[in-house]
Amino acid sequence: MDGYRPEDGLMKPDKEVGIVGYGAYVPRYRLPATAVSQMWTDGEGGTPIKEKAVNGLDEDVITMSVEAARNTLLRAQINPQHIRAVWIGSESHPYAVKPSSTIVAEAIGAVPNTLGADWEFACKAGTEAMQAAMGVVGSGMARYAMSIGMDTAQGRPGDALEYTAAAGGAAVLIGPAAESVAIINGSYSYVTDTPDFWRRAHATYPSHGDRFTGEPAYFKHVTTAARAMMEAMGTTSADYDWAVFHQPNAKFPQRAAQELGFSAEQIAPGLLSPRIGNTYSGSSIIGLTAILDVAQPGDRILMVSYGSGSGSDAFDLTVTERLLEVRDRAPSTETYIARRTEIDYATYTRFREKIKMN
Amino acid sequence: MEVSRHWRLNEQRYALIGETCDSCGTKLFPPRDVCLECEAPAKELYTFTGVGEIYSYTTVYEAPAGFAEYAPYTVALVKLEEGPVVTAQLTDVAKADLHIGMKVEMVTRKLRTDGSEGMIIYGYKFRPQLEMA
Repeated sequence: MDGYRPEDGLMKPDKEVGIVGYGAYVPRYRLPATAVSQMWTDGEGGTPIKEKAVNGLDEDVITMSVEAARNTLLRAQINPQHIRAVWIGSESHPYAVKPSSTIVAEAIGAVPNTLGADWEFACKAGTEAMQAAMGVVGSGMARYAMSIGMDTAQGRPGDALEYTAAAGGAAVLIGPAAESVAIINGSYSYVTDTPDFWRRAHATYPSHGDRFTGEPAYFKHVTTAARAMMEAMGTTSADYDWAVFHQPNAKFPQRAAQELGFSAEQIAPGLLSPRIGNTYSGSSIIGLTAILDVAQPGDRILMVSYGSGSGSDAFDLTVTERLLEVRDRAPSTETYIARRTEIDYATYTRFREKIKMN
Repeated sequence: MEVSRHWRLNEQRYALIGETCDSCGTKLFPPRDVCLECEAPAKELYTFTGVGEIYSYTTVYEAPAGFAEYAPYTVALVKLEEGPVVTAQLTDVAKADLHIGMKVEMVTRKLRTDGSEGMIIYGYKFRPQLEMA
């Protein structure tokens, strides 16, 4: 067999592609982590974040994706009839069978000449949908493809994940590099069978491997993908102005960044988990949208997602002049984060449909 | 729940698509195919901006079947900037902030669900206009 190096796994389409538009969505409700600890641990012990975003009674992955997609189109200013794929990565699609994507595609005017499918790979389904979009645009099959990472994540009452499992996410429209606000220089994926977290069919809440979710799962995949990406691109952490890593809590992405040689300043704008929690499939992409809200032309960005089960997708991006033109055409990610209404644990149980009505 | 009845309304419910009158320019919502002002045929589709203001409102505490899980909720007459007045639920709004003349914008939300196994119906609601950060 030929010799094979990890960096040979670099994915780069024939035609240069990039992000033509982007849009975020975070619901307005916030559950402080202290409300969870007061309920289950008598307020003892630390909390992994300050608070998490919670969807309202009339919100789900479909409604949230519609708003993120509309924000993306406000920035891109393209005819939605040119979109050839609407792909939504999530682990909380409202239907087990019936695509979320067709409803979103209909709502944004992208039907009927479009692909539409739902993706699932724990927290990295959205970034894998981005890579697929890079493929169909980069091959010339499509001019534009919409990729969305969005979740209303489930957390078992009293479980460690209840502090962080949040609602929110973001959409990106992938298209030609010439129209892009950020060119995607390449992507790299690192995937293994690592059972750190799962939810069986018909189960209401996920199960996880406690400490196993750290070293062999999150850190191994995120840091390996990031290192291979940089090796393939001939870069080091110093070459990037900004970086965003999947954010299951506040600590993991900060430690991963430190291990990879990134400073606190480089990850600051994209580090949203302390204020909105872990938005699962949306986590790394919404971090990217927050970075795009402050980045300048020429800035280089590293994004690395993580999905349990397990895998990481890394992206190397360069911001273009066009970002400054489109940025203010839609609400910033911070606009949604600042729109904050605190709720108590009782309201949370109602919003998350934990109260049995019959 | 009749699936077809809801499916026929997808365009207007998801995206506020109505009609415009070729003769006098009046915008119609919901679509009626005939202009309410000049009675000329009006079949050209028009997507409303979704921006409007509260003309009047009331809060529902005793909700009809299918909506009980959302009670209490507020229903408003929203005057769209193009003219038509639509009846819709408000969402993401605090009771203390509600007032006639409040600027609102359309969002797509869950309207109701048909039990735990039936369809989920999506459509327009209105929320206070976002204040940009």
